[in-house]
Amino acid sequence: MQDESLASGALGAAGMDQPHQACMTIQGDNLAVRDGLCQLMAMDPLCGLSQDVRGNVEIVLAEALNNVVEHAYRDGPGPIRVCIDHLAPVLKVSVYDQGLPMPDGQLPRGEMAPLVPGDDLAEGGFGWFLIRTLTLDLAYERSGATNHLRFALPA
Amino acid sequence: MHLFSEKRGDYLVIRAAGDRIDAAGAIQFKDNMRELTQTGDARVVLDLSRVAFLDSSGLGAVVAAMKAIGPGRKLELSGLTPTVEKVFRLTRMDTVFTIHRELPPDGAEGLRNAG
Repeated sequence: MQDESLASGALGAAGMDQPHQACMTIQGDNLAVRDGLCQLMAMDPLCGLSQDVRGNVEIVLAEALNNVVEHAYRDGPGPIRVCIDHLAPVLKVSVYDQGLPMPDGQLPRGEMAPLVPGDDLAEGGFGWFLIRTLTLDLAYERSGATNHLRFALPA
Repeated sequence: MHLFSEKRGDYLVIRAAGDRIDAAGAIQFKDNMRELTQTGDARVVLDLSRVAFLDSSGLGAVVAAMKAIGPGRKLELSGLTPTVEKVFRLTRMDTVFTIHRELPPDGAEGLRNAG
């Protein structure tokens, strides 16, 4: 199983210290992230949430995983592990990777550029804004060679 | 992401046939949009009614398509599904684009041209 071979790779036991309702290891490239996200959305506990909450989760997970692919793994892909628990009234999510650390060990502030219609309208910089807008208790830590992003969403 | 275009009254409609505009497909989407909008139509409506999900890369690609279409022409959007609508609303891009609930009716001018 591809998931298991990835899981036994560089990520080791990250996120495995306790049982989770859903845990998946995804290869850190754009197509694998798309497939993995679709699979996660179809699994417990995400499949049973309201359409509104599912939309929020899918947006935030997509942005978090895309950021890992684009930045942490910019020198080459590696595994990403996503662990999810629905503990009403929140959904708790952890994302682990073995890529480059966040610059200065800090999460981007996620401020959007002003909306200037015309040629200067920004085409990017929305990702962290969306994550920060939709999540609670957003935290990042670097432990050894592992990045750990965790957050919660009302659910 | 497959896109199909057809003339509809006084505007060109481009229908997005895939269900996601995301980081894995954003560049192809931009390229295909550039090709289909070379017709020179002053008004282009992008029908997103079959797109269930769009991430920030997809949003950036739609913004890029609007900018690439050039001055004096307009890219409007139609049929945003709930999660796509949410991304536009949260980023306030819903204030930048003209967004239709469904495809606008054929304009009178278009009907004359069609005859």
